[in-house]
Amino acid sequence: MSAAAPPADERLAPVSYVRRLLGRPELGAVVGAAAVFVFFSFAADSFLKASSLSTVLYSASTIGIMAVPVALLMIGGEFDLSAGVMVTTSALFSSMFSYQMTANVWVGVGVSLLVTLAIGFFNGFMLTRTKLPSFIITLGTFLMLTGLNLGFTKLISGTVSTKSIADMEGFSSARALFASQWNVGSVTLKVTILWWLALVAVATWILLRTRAGNWIFAVGGGADAARATGVPVVKTRIGLYMGVALCAWISGQHILFSFDVVQSGEGVGNEFLYIIAAVIGGCLMTGGYGSAIGSAVGAFIFGMASNGIVYAQWNPDWFKFFLGAMLLLATLLNAWVRKRAEARS
Amino acid sequence: MSTPLVKLTGVSKYYGNIRALRDVSLEVSAGEITCVLGDNGAGKSTLIKIIAGLHRHDAGTFEIEGEETVLANPRAALDRGIATVYQDLAVVPLMPVWRNFFLGSEPTRGRGPFRRLDVAHMRETTRAELLRMGIDLRDVDQPIGTLSGGERQCVAIARAVHFGAKVLVLDEPTAALGVKQSGVVLKYVAAARDAGLGVVLITHNPHHAHLVGDRFVLLKRGAMAGSHTRDSITLDELTRQMAGGSELDELSHELERVAESGPDTPSGSTPATASDRDDTTR
Repeated sequence: MSAAAPPADERLAPVSYVRRLLGRPELGAVVGAAAVFVFFSFAADSFLKASSLSTVLYSASTIGIMAVPVALLMIGGEFDLSAGVMVTTSALFSSMFSYQMTANVWVGVGVSLLVTLAIGFFNGFMLTRTKLPSFIITLGTFLMLTGLNLGFTKLISGTVSTKSIADMEGFSSARALFASQWNVGSVTLKVTILWWLALVAVATWILLRTRAGNWIFAVGGGADAARATGVPVVKTRIGLYMGVALCAWISGQHILFSFDVVQSGEGVGNEFLYIIAAVIGGCLMTGGYGSAIGSAVGAFIFGMASNGIVYAQWNPDWFKFFLGAMLLLATLLNAWVRKRAEARS
Repeated sequence: MSTPLVKLTGVSKYYGNIRALRDVSLEVSAGEITCVLGDNGAGKSTLIKIIAGLHRHDAGTFEIEGEETVLANPRAALDRGIATVYQDLAVVPLMPVWRNFFLGSEPTRGRGPFRRLDVAHMRETTRAELLRMGIDLRDVDQPIGTLSGGERQCVAIARAVHFGAKVLVLDEPTAALGVKQSGVVLKYVAAARDAGLGVVLITHNPHHAHLVGDRFVLLKRGAMAGSHTRDSITLDELTRQMAGGSELDELSHELERVAESGPDTPSGSTPATASDRDDTTR
């Protein structure tokens, strides 16, 4: 890609585009996505309709928005099990804050952003301060948030869901930003798809072309080496957790403004979907390797699978099995592809 | 003779009641290699940590370019031009060579949200700097983990040189390497010396030391067991001093055997067997 390419080395056989592709982390996911696409094209008649595609894209985007920061975090070598319920926390907070204060909903949205970022900061701070595994730290946050979500919602509104805020000031403009949709012909496109694509683009830019991106790879691939070369390891880790929080806020606001009420028990288990999307997309569980684009492809596979089963008129009970099998296959394919690519280079 | 870049005089270091280093003197000038030899536990790591700024010495003087100093931390050592390459090399195996080369000190272009890595410059510089050290890398995009141990060591040295090191401290650069690889690394150590750097080479291998060293400091049980210049000591004598005492007969026997096998392999199988012997008799 550099303009001033160095003279070709005779020991280096010209690398074909195919082989260069094989070296990309997201290749396994792309192959998997193509396979799933072809599979459902035959299994479900209505799968290839444009309206189906928009549904697939929508469910892909709801997972994908969170899969992006979770992928970055995994490249940085950490997990966040609290990501799923954090989305709900963020939605609950902005809804209940606005309702209780009878303020413009934008006030709630803003305060919710601060609170969610604080939760992310807490995760990162506890991790770097205690040096405990992120699995334990965020498992703790996960349980605490699950409890707080239910407890506070019942305490404040008496039920397990929040009160409607649809008639409050600022609702329509917030809805336009977080939950609008357009009709293009017979196809309905939701704004989350734009959020998702934008996040993927920004994350890819950060990863591949900024110092912070270099640091994320280094922190995940060799924290000691990173520290020795002067990389701000603590700041990078905390930043990654705050990135997860930022996207949890976006997701949470989407849920709030598209459904108007928020169920306080939601979000549990979603953290695994984000991790699955990231892993299918080529992120190594051990850190130091992966891509944001891969996570998007992983989320797209999720969208196709979850809706494809419905279009094929199968019992959706099978979905989880399908997802698990996909995860295993994708990981195996990733490992195989990477081994081949490395053996050749 | 110009002022030595680094000069230690009568340096001691205590860890509580343990005397890790006692009255050690050492100097290295520009374009010179000073070898610090010693068996395991002789105090080599303590010495390295003092020069690298990780520990402070408790007695004696530490001069950098003639100016007495106490280094507060590794950053201070770096700022004074002392770069240390540890055994783990501080590289991230999965990252490409060029990203590793600039890790922690990445050059950028643009400003604000468009501040980005100067990728072309980074690749170009990595290739050029490695070439300058005589390392002709096949591809700067390959993960550094796919390089051989010797090549990785060389990248770490080249990185230290590029970022303005005046003194290079190398901690056992040939310890985990095969014979050929060791030779390659020693060549780059010599290249760094020829580029005008002062090099402190820590090793327990007298053969490697004698190949490149200008001065030799022998450590034994935390104290100096000898200090020599290249002219004043032969390889045999250096090995004898390092091994010493009861191990001497066994070792000279080992060396004779190698001398018969031909002069082409001065750093042949001997180092391995010699250090094996050290391990078994310790």
